[in-house]
Amino acid sequence: MSNNVRNIVIAGLGGQGVLKASDIVADVAFASGLDVKKSEIHGMSQRGGSVSSDVRFGSKVFSPMVPDGEADFLVVLDPTQIEVNRAALKPTGILIDPSILAGYKLKSEKSINVALLGALSRHLDFPESAWITAISGHLAPKLHAMNFAAFETGRNA
Amino acid sequence: MALAAHDAQLTLGTGYPGTPSTEILESLHSLGGRAQWSPNEKVALEVGIGVAFGGGRALVTMKHVGLNVAADPLFTVAYTGVRGALVIVSADDPGMASSQNEQDNRRYAIAAGIPMLEPGDSQEAYNFTLLAIELSERWNIPVLLRMTTRVCHSKTIVETPGYPVPPAPPAGYVRDVPARVMIPAYARPAHHKLRAKLAQIAAWNEREGPLAVVPGSDTLGVITSGVSFQYVREALPQASVLKLGLTYPLPLELMRTFAIAHTRTLVIEEGDPYLADSARAAGIPVEANAEIFRFGELNVARVRRMEAGDLTPEPKPVPGKPPELCHGCPHRTVFTALRDLGCIVSGDIGCYSLGVLPPFLAMDTLVCMGASIGVGLGLRHTLPVEEARRVVSVIGDSTFVHSGITGLVEMVYNPPPTGHLLLILDNGTTAMTGLQEHPGTGRTLDHASTGKFVFENVIRAMGIPDVHVVDPTRDPAAFTELVKTSLDSGRLSVIIARRNCLLAAGAIKQYEKCPEGSTHEQ
Repeated sequence: MSNNVRNIVIAGLGGQGVLKASDIVADVAFASGLDVKKSEIHGMSQRGGSVSSDVRFGSKVFSPMVPDGEADFLVVLDPTQIEVNRAALKPTGILIDPSILAGYKLKSEKSINVALLGALSRHLDFPESAWITAISGHLAPKLHAMNFAAFETGRNA
Repeated sequence: MALAAHDAQLTLGTGYPGTPSTEILESLHSLGGRAQWSPNEKVALEVGIGVAFGGGRALVTMKHVGLNVAADPLFTVAYTGVRGALVIVSADDPGMASSQNEQDNRRYAIAAGIPMLEPGDSQEAYNFTLLAIELSERWNIPVLLRMTTRVCHSKTIVETPGYPVPPAPPAGYVRDVPARVMIPAYARPAHHKLRAKLAQIAAWNEREGPLAVVPGSDTLGVITSGVSFQYVREALPQASVLKLGLTYPLPLELMRTFAIAHTRTLVIEEGDPYLADSARAAGIPVEANAEIFRFGELNVARVRRMEAGDLTPEPKPVPGKPPELCHGCPHRTVFTALRDLGCIVSGDIGCYSLGVLPPFLAMDTLVCMGASIGVGLGLRHTLPVEEARRVVSVIGDSTFVHSGITGLVEMVYNPPPTGHLLLILDNGTTAMTGLQEHPGTGRTLDHASTGKFVFENVIRAMGIPDVHVVDPTRDPAAFTELVKTSLDSGRLSVIIARRNCLLAAGAIKQYEKCPEGSTHEQ
């Protein structure tokens, strides 16, 4: 049953755009007609503390949280949060973190969440246009160009 | 919930912000519904009761501890009943992601005698909100919608019904004094009436209640509710499952039939053993969760352990980075001063509770909203004079309006011999829950300008001899000196430390420049 469910955990610090990134992934999966669930803990943790969000999609998803050790992808926006979340990743899972962007220059650190989604997108079977649509839907128009560029950077990194 | 409330043409949504319930009213407003913040949960519920007495549809939202604040009217509105619909949301926080306790508010349904629905995902949050309105109007009874963190803070796909929601009946007052005035002579028959309604609802729940049966193994059955159902389906795909929707009053006969049809029936539930105890009290043969699973949230791994009877220690998560006061937050100056003065700080709920963490370590108590003043006064009454003079109560602006005012009345009424100092940290917003408005900001939920509660005017009128309004960051040394003088004065003092929250400052400037909506007379 969980065989066809893809599990993604996105983690970082409050203010880095963890929740925004997970909303974008959830939208992309939703637009392709899959069952999608997304879960997060925020509240007190948004004051600069650790934040993480789980996105799961497939033909049928039950738990909104990714069970420990079952994440196919762990996307971490801040290097300090890698070890905190490593237990989420399954042995064959893929870690996507800011080191992927070494040698590339982002216009703004604020778009690191979208840049890492670019890197994630290469591993998932959704058309690039679906990602662009989801990003557009979650960001103000004046931020579109910068984030499309960040997404491309991550996708090509 | 907000979408359902909107689709049901809700008359009014009221509440007080509290994680994980805050987004319901904000979403309702953004969908075009009518929603407002109240000073606290008790007032929010009272307003909701009035709406429902008048024949309207009301949704009242709060976090689990908020229901403690609203408990007084809650128990009596069960007796009075309502004419329209009254739906009360309790958003429980098992695991305490951002709360001071993990109370299980299913106990309130039993104690107050109020039917309770437990949604387990976004679809059920939608469906059960509509159902709650329907049940409330059908039996003229308030209905409790009990949510948990994982239902509130998860997103799952929702299909809205293809049929129109029945229109709300027209509002209008129908005088019915014996039903609305709970003097003992009217309350006694009202209690009998309530029990009769609950018996009818229990029978309805047995016949056509919102429950689901997933057929499966004859040997393993699971009775569950809410989000636990999702974990059960993933962890134990072979099990037969009875998922309950209306969990008070319980469909005990259905539970009995289900339990005896399986060799082994587990009750899997998050929090207290409410379902298990109820089943076992009725002589239904079920296994309850082991005590260790009573703490924190459930998840797929824990449900696997429950089934296997595995009581070995659970893996401890790697600690994350704790939250902290923002850099540049005005509270930082205040807590630095209190730390350096060696104060005994009676604290309260809000961002400033982060003053308890390093580098400040400057908060000594935190009990519940508004408790800082009463607890500080108690300390002043009992400690030796030199220690008593170090006690200071600290509260935020939103929390002061919520339940600090009556504490201040106590301070005026029963002043300790050494006097007392109350610090109101006024950052112009309800910061912790995500920058909501409150009566002290003078703006409504949608940021339109309205009547403003002016702290210093009210406090002066209460007869406090020393009231100071200062910006602590402008001159930290002068602020420290003011605190020191006030502590030593032997008088009652209030210092309002006023500077806008960093995160809200830009938006507040905008709101003040172009007030939207109507401006009320002050």
